Amino acid sequence: MTTRTVGEPIARREDPRLLTGQGRYLDDIGHDALAAAFVRSPHAHARIVDVDVTDALDVDGLVAIYTHEDLPGRVGEPLPVLIPHAALTEPRTPYALARDEVNHVGEAVVMVVATGRDVAEDVCERIRVEYDFLPPVVGIESSRDAAALVHDDVPGNVSAHLVQEVGDARAAVDAAPHVVELDLEIERSASTPLEGKGVHARWDADDRSLRVYTSTQASTSVRAAVAAKLELPPDRVEVIAPDVGGGFGVKIVHPWPEEVLVPWAAIRLGREVKWTEDRREHFVSAAHERGQLQHVRAGFDDDGRVLGLDVTFWHDNGAYTPYGIIVPIVTSTQLLGPYKPGAYRVEFSSLYTNTVTVTPYRGAGRPQGCFAMERTMDAIAAELGLDRTVVRERNFIQPDEMPYDHGLTFQDGRPLIYDSGDFPATLAKLRKLVGWDEFETYRDQARAQGRRVGIGIGCYVEGTGVGPYEGGFVKVETDGTVVVATGLTTQGQGHQTVFAQVVADELGVGVDRVAVTTGDTRRFGYAVGTFASRAAVMSGNAVALAARRVREKALRVAGEALEADPRDLEIVDGEVRVKGTPGATIPLTTVAVLSNPLRYAFDAETERATQFASPGDPDQPPVADDDEPGLQGTDYYSPPRSTFANGMHAAIVETDPETAEISILRYCVVHDCGTLLNPRLVEGQIHGGVAQGVGGALYERMVYDDAGQLVNASFMDFLMPYATEVPAIEIDHLQTPSPLNPLGVKGAGEAGVIPVSAVLAAAIEDAEGIRVTRMPMSPSELHHLRERSTNEEGPRR
Amino acid sequence: MKPSAFAYHRPGTVDEAVATLAGVGDDGKVLAGGQSLVPMLNMRLAAPAHLVDVNRVDGLDEVRVVDDGAGASVRVGAAARHTDVEHDAEVAAVLPLLRQALEHVAHPTIRNRGTTVGSLVHADPAAELNAVLALLGGSVTLRSTTGSRVVNASELVTGPMQTCLRPDELATEAAFPVPQGHTGTAWTEVSRRAGDYAVCGVGVLVTVDDELRVRSARAAYVSMGPVPEVLDLTEPVAGIAAGGARPDEWAAAGRLATARLEPDDDIHATAAYRGHLAGVLTARAARAAAERAVARAGDTTGAST
Amino acid sequence: MSIEEHPGRTETRHDVRVTVNGVPRTATVPARRLLSDFLRHDLALTGTHVGCEHGVCGACTVLVDGRPIRSCLQFAVMHDGAEITTVEGCTRPDGELGPVQRAFRDCHGLQCGFCTPGFVTTITAYLDEHPRPSATEAREAISGNLCRCTGYQSIVDSVLRAAEIRSDQGDGRGETPQ
Ligand SMILES: Cc1cc2nc3c(=O)[nH]c(=O)nc-3n(C[C@H](O)[C@H](O)[C@H](O)COP(=O)(O)OP(=O)(O)OC[C@H]3O[C@@H](n4cnc5c(N)ncnc54)[C@H](O)[C@@H]3O)c2cc1C
Ligand code: FES
Ligand code: FES
Repeated sequence: MTTRTVGEPIARREDPRLLTGQGRYLDDIGHDALAAAFVRSPHAHARIVDVDVTDALDVDGLVAIYTHEDLPGRVGEPLPVLIPHAALTEPRTPYALARDEVNHVGEAVVMVVATGRDVAEDVCERIRVEYDFLPPVVGIESSRDAAALVHDDVPGNVSAHLVQEVGDARAAVDAAPHVVELDLEIERSASTPLEGKGVHARWDADDRSLRVYTSTQASTSVRAAVAAKLELPPDRVEVIAPDVGGGFGVKIVHPWPEEVLVPWAAIRLGREVKWTEDRREHFVSAAHERGQLQHVRAGFDDDGRVLGLDVTFWHDNGAYTPYGIIVPIVTSTQLLGPYKPGAYRVEFSSLYTNTVTVTPYRGAGRPQGCFAMERTMDAIAAELGLDRTVVRERNFIQPDEMPYDHGLTFQDGRPLIYDSGDFPATLAKLRKLVGWDEFETYRDQARAQGRRVGIGIGCYVEGTGVGPYEGGFVKVETDGTVVVATGLTTQGQGHQTVFAQVVADELGVGVDRVAVTTGDTRRFGYAVGTFASRAAVMSGNAVALAARRVREKALRVAGEALEADPRDLEIVDGEVRVKGTPGATIPLTTVAVLSNPLRYAFDAETERATQFASPGDPDQPPVADDDEPGLQGTDYYSPPRSTFANGMHAAIVETDPETAEISILRYCVVHDCGTLLNPRLVEGQIHGGVAQGVGGALYERMVYDDAGQLVNASFMDFLMPYATEVPAIEIDHLQTPSPLNPLGVKGAGEAGVIPVSAVLAAAIEDAEGIRVTRMPMSPSELHHLRERSTNEEGPRR
Repeated sequence: MKPSAFAYHRPGTVDEAVATLAGVGDDGKVLAGGQSLVPMLNMRLAAPAHLVDVNRVDGLDEVRVVDDGAGASVRVGAAARHTDVEHDAEVAAVLPLLRQALEHVAHPTIRNRGTTVGSLVHADPAAELNAVLALLGGSVTLRSTTGSRVVNASELVTGPMQTCLRPDELATEAAFPVPQGHTGTAWTEVSRRAGDYAVCGVGVLVTVDDELRVRSARAAYVSMGPVPEVLDLTEPVAGIAAGGARPDEWAAAGRLATARLEPDDDIHATAAYRGHLAGVLTARAARAAAERAVARAGDTTGAST
Repeated sequence: MSIEEHPGRTETRHDVRVTVNGVPRTATVPARRLLSDFLRHDLALTGTHVGCEHGVCGACTVLVDGRPIRSCLQFAVMHDGAEITTVEGCTRPDGELGPVQRAFRDCHGLQCGFCTPGFVTTITAYLDEHPRPSATEAREAISGNLCRCTGYQSIVDSVLRAAEIRSDQGDGRGETPQ
């Protein structure tokens, strides 16, 4: 038997290259390319009066300066609204270069091309842009007040308004024996991959073709967008995602202005052009997420069962809506988590502000939804004096209720139906892992030492693997190499390893024989992209299906050669053999040779497939009518709807009674993402997600002043956690396979981050005995929370 | 994020260095470890036309303990790295406060390159070393073509990132005096992430008498005002038993700090929280310093101090 | 170079000679060329990465005369004559993965790999000085480098594993680059 590799924690195939400095990230490409840099708006809201380049013209090395006026045809039109939605009544997108008005600090106004980035920045510095100021709208409250408008023609600053309701939630709340009401707030953070964005473009004037490298999560869509903008036939445009230094959502958006402008300039100048985003640019001109204000009303019975849940929230979508309203839709639907309230109503307004655009960041609206729901569960428990896990358990959807239809519409436009999951089992595992029942003893011990500790818990369900589809291509070369391609992209998830594991198992070859390419439109042209924890589900299943086709053909061809029924054959260690008949074997390499009848030979292997060496049946065509040459196959996986992963986290925190410093003593995760393709990589995804969650809960925020300046646009002041801030993470898995796909997998990419703010808020609340409604929480804020609560209620304890 | 162009100078001696600085005038800047200057250049927050690299100036990389009759002091040359000071065993023995504070200056990789003197003349209100220099009453030697002068910590820093240095002056050396008597020191700070500039930081120097009672206590603060603040804490703690004092006895020193300091708000902390922290950290640091003073007094009993 | 010369229009260029990973290299660059860009673009050693250019992330960490420093906060001219080790030089002499690199592979210490070069160089130097770190020390050793993907846990494991590999090989120092 070939050892199965799916489910094994094998080391990654991509690592040796990346570990020795042989990776190829965007800025590693094209050392001789011209460099682009941008003059970006220093103001949050202003009209552009004049651009004066006089002082810049004599800079040595200047190649070109472009403003909106220079952009022809579709290049000069607004960028597309990628995901239109009926509720998004006022979509607005920026121009690649601002035309008359700028709507956030960092919006690109002038593009400069020069011999080097340093020179390009010299030029930018000498260009004078004159602005007329307009009043900036900063923060959800001032947007909601609408004293000033971001876009003149968008009344109330509202881009979208959506209500979904199942049952009569308001009536249910009003009629319930108990009601809690919460005002909650989550602040902005951002994906912040360690590598910023970047684009490199080369125009081949002879071939009239364009090659674009871009640090993206969606190369096929970038190709479509660039071809449309530049009015080129799509098959003249190749888009390749090289090694990508992290994405976490921000690189799913496309085309970024630079993805249009850099190729356009490359064609116009007939030279290679490259733009590498620097850190400051990334802060002010990429994307942020998370900012929401929420109002929750929940009615419940004496046991803590939620009878009615009525949620209203306001979502800050920043200056534009290129990615539609996916984030608030996800919040509004995924808020429900593992629970089944009697009736549910959710209403949101998505609001414009003069700040950086909001698009999905890992979790994509789920952390906010989870925060609302879990804070509500804790409030109910507090109100009734019940154990927090008990209240949750009473509200869980039970395993025998699966599949469970919430009666809502999800982010893919499909009904929100959970396919599987065993929530009580997950909770039981978590309670055990964290020692929930022993915690009070621990708290007493700590208290005796003058220490203050608390425990918190949070549960979530995550719709993963949203459609519409992904495809896979698998080909066995005559030297035995198995070439695999899929269109979606990789930003560190280890796709070159997991997809190789899947294909290796299907084909009965060693994993080291399988070479996987992702995110290269030359290799696979149809794809959607890597987001929403969908890669393993979508492309994993697609390559599995493609590999099954190849297997089927291999068995058929081998059956003919071995004169055996394909059903009696198996593939083991790269050889097709008759089950139970030692010696009756044919190597897969030979099958590959035989699959491609040849006229010309160029080596000993191929000689065996030439027409005189292998004459075949003289009455049949060498390639049958319903067949094609080569041992290869392509297939697509397109699920009817998303599959739902779930998990529960618990944390124990300690707060310093004097300094209000918050430390995480333990962090426990129980996670169910169906079949684990490679447990080590799944754990890696969880670790990374939790770390981002910790960042969002305790350290990171985007601090805008009233003028709309992002005052902490650097790693010095935007506090991404270092190793010293992230706790050790303890993980336990549950595997309830998804019934919806052949591999039984559910996505895992985003899970780690979702409940962290909710969990840490709960743990801090538990340690302090003060309700926490706002995250992130810094020591300074905890200090003031304590002061306020002492002033309101008198001293505690 | 690339710096503007500049002319690069690499003098080999102090004389050459100060001559170069005199020649370039206001348009020039000294380049030492680059750990504060280069980020500003990269972001184009500064764009001097000339940079004078002092990393290879002869004789500037020394870290020494000197005793010139007026008392011992630790002398740190302008090209000596934080790491060199931090890991110098002799320095650690005579003046542990330097290591105590340096462990909080950024991360080891930054300390491998950043210079102690550069940090002092950069005068960031959050820089630990300025507070240490102020606490100990140390000084910095400045050289120019017209001569040399020694400025005290209190004269050196005139505001946030502002010093009394003239553009043509090179700081060649810092002197951290070794305090006399039975002393103990401690550095305590709260920062958002380990290695970040402190939200509030305090260094305390406690002197005890032969009965191991507190004779004097002084503290210096970072991030609590535009310049390093030095407070005399002696009054509320004078005479208490340095080794066995109750926490509330030290809290009095903390209350004094909270009352006297006038910090500002910033994005990481409010002024009120900073004031509160100063109280907590002062009490903690004073207690730790006093315990060390007692321990050192024990070590040196009989020996001259 | 004279001090009258006004920089800007025609930038003076400097010959910079360094020994990188044991190989003497030279390039002629303007004074403002950052050491990180010099390595990446002038010497085409793109293993050294740039994540912030203000000294915080550590992706650009290289060893200069054995000590880790931020190459984004240095000008190449400052290091004329220096011995530099980059991630490309942290392999074994035969080109196989060095102990730290192997440990990262064994422990899944990297995801996107963008921060990795800075960790590998930092840890390589650290283990020279501290061959047997505890888990807490291992965490502190990497505390000046940002990683957005891994949550650090596997990197901490990698530090411990690298120490093991080095000690299994007897003289760990023999494995460290020149
Ligand atoms: C990520 C990061 C975190 C940091 N965290 C901290 C921290 O927590 N605490 C802290 O104190 N520091 C911190 N620093 C700063 C660090 O300590 C620097 O080393 C120090 O501030 C400056 O020293 P330098 O040698 O690098 O000086 P440079 O950056 O070279 O110079 C700084 C300034 O001083 C001038 N200068 C330098 N030397 C001389 C001289 N001999 N004569 C005249 N002028 C001179 C320069 O012209 C320049 O204006 C941090 C730095 C970074 C990058
Ligand atoms: S790039 Fe040098 S520290 Fe981030
Ligand atoms: S592996 Fe991606 S930043 Fe560390």
